[in-house]
Amino acid sequence: MPPTLTEPRPPEAPAPTTPAPTISVRVQGQAPAPQTSGQEQAAPGEPAVDLRNVSVYYGSFRAVKDITFEVPANAITSLIGPSGSGKSTLLRAVNRMNDLIPGTRLEGEILYHGQNLYGSDVDAVEVRRRIGMVFQKPNPFPKSIYDNVAFGPRIMGFKGNLDQLVEQSLRRAAIWDEVKDKLKQSGLALSGGQQQRLCIARAIAVEPEIILMDEPASALDPRSTLQIEELMAELRSRYTIIIVTHNMQQAARASDHTVFMNMGDDRAGYIVERGRTIDIFTNPKDQLTEDYVSGRFG
Amino acid sequence: MAVVAQSLPRTTLTRSGIQWRSMIFEGILLLSLILSLAILFTLIADVVQRGLPVLQERGTQFLTAPASSRASRAGISQGLFGTLVMAITVALVAFPIGILTAVYLEEYAPDNRLTRFINVNIRNLAGVPSVVYGLLGLSIFVLTLKGVTGGTTMIAGGITLAVLVLPIVIITSAEAVRAVPRALREAGYGVGASRWEVTRLLVLPYAAPGILTGTVLSLSRALGETAPLILVGAVLGGFSTGNKTALEQIFGSFTAMPVMVYDWARKPQADFRELTAAAIIVLLVVTLLANAIAILLRNRFERTW
Repeated sequence: MPPTLTEPRPPEAPAPTTPAPTISVRVQGQAPAPQTSGQEQAAPGEPAVDLRNVSVYYGSFRAVKDITFEVPANAITSLIGPSGSGKSTLLRAVNRMNDLIPGTRLEGEILYHGQNLYGSDVDAVEVRRRIGMVFQKPNPFPKSIYDNVAFGPRIMGFKGNLDQLVEQSLRRAAIWDEVKDKLKQSGLALSGGQQQRLCIARAIAVEPEIILMDEPASALDPRSTLQIEELMAELRSRYTIIIVTHNMQQAARASDHTVFMNMGDDRAGYIVERGRTIDIFTNPKDQLTEDYVSGRFG
Repeated sequence: MAVVAQSLPRTTLTRSGIQWRSMIFEGILLLSLILSLAILFTLIADVVQRGLPVLQERGTQFLTAPASSRASRAGISQGLFGTLVMAITVALVAFPIGILTAVYLEEYAPDNRLTRFINVNIRNLAGVPSVVYGLLGLSIFVLTLKGVTGGTTMIAGGITLAVLVLPIVIITSAEAVRAVPRALREAGYGVGASRWEVTRLLVLPYAAPGILTGTVLSLSRALGETAPLILVGAVLGGFSTGNKTALEQIFGSFTAMPVMVYDWARKPQADFRELTAAAIIVLLVVTLLANAIAILLRNRFERTW
């Protein structure tokens, strides 16, 4: 029974007709209120995240235009497309990382369990606890391996067995055997592939529902890349994964659903086509998609 | 009509002849280095040659004796005490205020006209001559706040020095915070940390070595200031501490090491020349000690993570 981060979850609500659990709003100045549940799962059939007419602006420049799609739960969805098509911008919008850049704003809605993540009373910090992120260049904290993984749970006020949680997270990130004897060593002393798996362990230690990955293997060697892809396949059963990748073959190998984006003439990214990965790659409907996946451009 | 470009001058693969220009340039650089070192060396050699005999002769008595009009009995204990107490005051007043201000300006303040205006003016304040801070200290800390500081005391002197180095502390701390890589902050936000948690648990520990270096260097700057202390009432010409307790001394007349150096340098008696040099040696040792502590602390915090 995986350790939950708070008091036990309220009994499982029956399928869609009951109101979805709400994101607890953190009131300014108080210690964070206990979570309403350890790890929220989407009701069967409900998408993990639902984007509706999303446009992201940097100042007056529109980076992505009118994006609409659903992200199915417990599956891997890849965002592919040439450089400049707004994939990373869109990914970062899902967990409100764009908020860190002054001058950005979002139009449209991103619905999570029926609640708009950009609603006026939604706390971005709480959003990021439920939707975690792994970055392109591995960025472990300059702390020990143990403290890297324990960081998130500690600031959430985790009261249970931290050792157990750290071990479980490192196991789920397929790196436990390699580091179990050196948990006190610096996270930066690991190799690139190991650092990235450590970052994945760090992200899953806070028990998110969704993990966003921004080109997680692009800075790694082929063997580490394969390890990451295998890891993603294992993680799929517990988490929903959205991955941005430049590597088409990786998207074809590793993901269940694909969204193909392109940069329009107004330099804003838009969706060309989306669907099951197998359809996008073997039987695309749009000529542009066909051109991209067969390598004629991008 | 085709444009014919001038052809580049032909050169050979192997070097032919001596590269005069490069050699002359390197020579000028080396000469500048030697000149700077020579000036420093001459100054220090002069002081050491004059003052070392005094220290060798009188040893620790020089450090423990109070001022006197007789060169053979005069010591710098009052100056040492004043400098020490003021160093502590500067640390307690300037460091917390300066570091927290820097954190606010770098992490929390929005990037607008007001913030930029404040930053520019802090830099201006760092360039204001220290004498002006002396006048400020006199009018506010000595006169207006006489009830708190006790007038012309080392408390007033210490607070004046703290205000003097505050802009430097802010600037160096702000630079240390700015140097923290963005990836570290993003990683913190990515696991759901709030801005305060990212600042306290990730940014400050990472910036700590830089902040530490900046604060201790500003301290050694403060310890060498003379003019502001004279304006705030440091006693020239010696005074008696008699049997006063430490607390009474803190709230009574005071002096500091650089002030004593200035005082003794003005005396006509020949013996005081050597005494001045000896006092300078002690002052230099204290300054070097402060810098050495800065380096030690910085190395200790800069673990190779």
